[in-house]
Amino acid sequence: MRDSHAATISVLVRNQPGVLVRVAGLIRRRGVNIHSLSVGPTEDPSISRMTIVVDTPPERTESFAKQLRKLVEVLRATAIDGGSTVDRELALIKVNATPGTRMEIMEIANVFRANVVDLTERTMTLEVTGRGEKIDAIVSLLAKHGIREIARTGQVTLVRGAQNT
Amino acid sequence: MARQVTSARTVREAPRVRLMNGAQVLMEALRRQGVEVIFGHPGGASLPIYDAIYDHDTIRHVLCRHEQVAAHAAVGYARASGRVGVCTATSGPGATNLVTGITDAMMDSVPIVAITGQVARPVIGNDAFQEADVTGITMPITKWNTLVMDPRDIPRTIPEAFHIARTGRPGPVLVDIPRDVSQELFEPTWPEEVAIPGYRVVTDGSPNQIAAAAQALSAAERPLVYAGGGIISAEATPELTAFADRTGIPIVLTLMGKGAIDEHHRACLGMVGMHGSAYANWAINDADVILAVGVRFDDRVTGRLADFAPRARFIHIDIDPAEIGKNKPAHIPIVGDAKRVLAQLVPKVQPPQIEAWWRQIDEWRRAQPFRYRQGEDRISHQYVCDLLDRLTGGEAIVTTDVGQHQMWAAQWYRPRGPRRFITSGGLGAMGFGFPAAFGAKVARPDAQVIAVVGDGGFMMTLQDLGTAAEHGLSLPIIILNNNALGMVRQWQTFFYRGRLSSSLLRNPDFAKLAEVFGCRGIRVERPEQVEPALREALATEGRPCVVDVLCDPEENCLPMIPSGQSVKDMILDD
Repeated sequence: MRDSHAATISVLVRNQPGVLVRVAGLIRRRGVNIHSLSVGPTEDPSISRMTIVVDTPPERTESFAKQLRKLVEVLRATAIDGGSTVDRELALIKVNATPGTRMEIMEIANVFRANVVDLTERTMTLEVTGRGEKIDAIVSLLAKHGIREIARTGQVTLVRGAQNT
Repeated sequence: MARQVTSARTVREAPRVRLMNGAQVLMEALRRQGVEVIFGHPGGASLPIYDAIYDHDTIRHVLCRHEQVAAHAAVGYARASGRVGVCTATSGPGATNLVTGITDAMMDSVPIVAITGQVARPVIGNDAFQEADVTGITMPITKWNTLVMDPRDIPRTIPEAFHIARTGRPGPVLVDIPRDVSQELFEPTWPEEVAIPGYRVVTDGSPNQIAAAAQALSAAERPLVYAGGGIISAEATPELTAFADRTGIPIVLTLMGKGAIDEHHRACLGMVGMHGSAYANWAINDADVILAVGVRFDDRVTGRLADFAPRARFIHIDIDPAEIGKNKPAHIPIVGDAKRVLAQLVPKVQPPQIEAWWRQIDEWRRAQPFRYRQGEDRISHQYVCDLLDRLTGGEAIVTTDVGQHQMWAAQWYRPRGPRRFITSGGLGAMGFGFPAAFGAKVARPDAQVIAVVGDGGFMMTLQDLGTAAEHGLSLPIIILNNNALGMVRQWQTFFYRGRLSSSLLRNPDFAKLAEVFGCRGIRVERPEQVEPALREALATEGRPCVVDVLCDPEENCLPMIPSGQSVKDMILDD
């Protein structure tokens, strides 16, 4: 799903009306595609973190982070340069499951440490967490059973160790 | 019950409680920012604001006939004076009419604050009469904007708006105020200082980087300064001049940088870029070390980026970190305020040995100066600009519109210093020249302000001749009239096989039109009439004087580096 130009930018923003539009608008007008954008509060409720995966070549990513820093509401914007990070994404996958195929799907789920969060006569919903590639992998294995719906959160990232993201 | 009512009344009437409405608080906040003039046009949502303006002691309102003029005038005011320009409009169409002027301020980094009325809070989002999502519309064209949803925020928001507009890389800020916020009564509390988390400006350059820059310049054989509007915003002319005096390094200027140093200074090679001098462009093409200060490597300067200054190492000084390395990698990047960084740099640079470099540049200057042909039966646009330069000695504030006349004015008018050449550089907004001159004249009533415009651009905003006449502004407006959208005509001539699609104009008699508006009007048809007419216009007091100069409709603006090409593709002669 992701191409070689995907870069991650972590952005701390003041939690104010319109800030998501400002960030997304800047990305759009600089001609960059958004692969994923996830946003939520941080340890300080007045500050939110956005993790944005964008389609920029690596040499442009820092220059792009600089543009984001110019937004008054942006407190910090870090171009994640491929150093040591923890990247996670959560997906809910609703797949066709008959009594005959349930066990096979459960096996797949076990391998990927996915949880079964809903079960009906005809469907099963799995919750899986991991890097984007892992989610892509389970999705492709489940495809033959017929995937009804997927909801993915988009990637969130923190730098490993004591250093701030 | 009765007692409670009584006590409530007692509180309201207590002498220390002074209730004001939002609009009155706004005006007080503007007064505290030192605002003396507001350019604007009223309407429904801004009625409370206009009521507060009505009998304000210190703030004067200039009623423009179109909000676009108000925004351009605020820009002219800001660029002529170095202060923050202020404009105002009502909600919806009033605010959308400001958009061109705000975008111009964004592109050219001009500090203005736009105050817009908005529909009342309860109906926002309901498609109310004259409602438009103005903060949404102006998000990409402002440095910052905000919708004030609580009148108690006004005393904090206005200082923030001015602080953001004028500090760092300056730019436009818009404050949108709903009508009921302007009307609500409350007791304002005034914060002591502005504190905006996440808004930081780096002003001092890194000493290590400055030392590296000094070393590179001292050792250079063919060094060059490429200076832009950032010098003027930072008031860094004395430092740039000191640099030139100490090092003897030649300087080229961008369109926005015109006047960053006295253009009669020996080191100044004038304007670089698409219509810059051949020698400035040759110099940048051959330079080995380029000190780029307050510039953004705009495509009108660089042409094809890969071929721009191919032999040079770049030292890039800018207060906006995002500009460094944006278009061209900087070998020595320095984030900081141009004034401070140059002051740090000047004493560290050893004057380089560049006699051979100067011999080369002087040879280029002799070989290919700006030149024009002035016949007996035709008036050259360039002759008019040249004459204006000689008559004013470069001391006047000249504003221009956009197109051929703008480039000719930039080529021939050599300002003696900063804030004397005001033009729409980045946006290239036709209709800018006259309103900007109007704003500049309001800011600097004692200075000679002259608008140089084309016939096409002047038609876009000339309704405000009435405003200029009403205010008795001594303002010469020189129309270089070729009855054409000259630059469009020129490109069609060069690049579209002379197919002049919608570029020829049938104009009114501008001199007569001026008279109708209460201005003076002079029509100039013969070469020998030009100088007396300009002298008369410069001497006209108490009203604008429009000089309609019927120029050669065929004249092309040269030299020219065609869009997206490089110095070697420069067209020198017709």
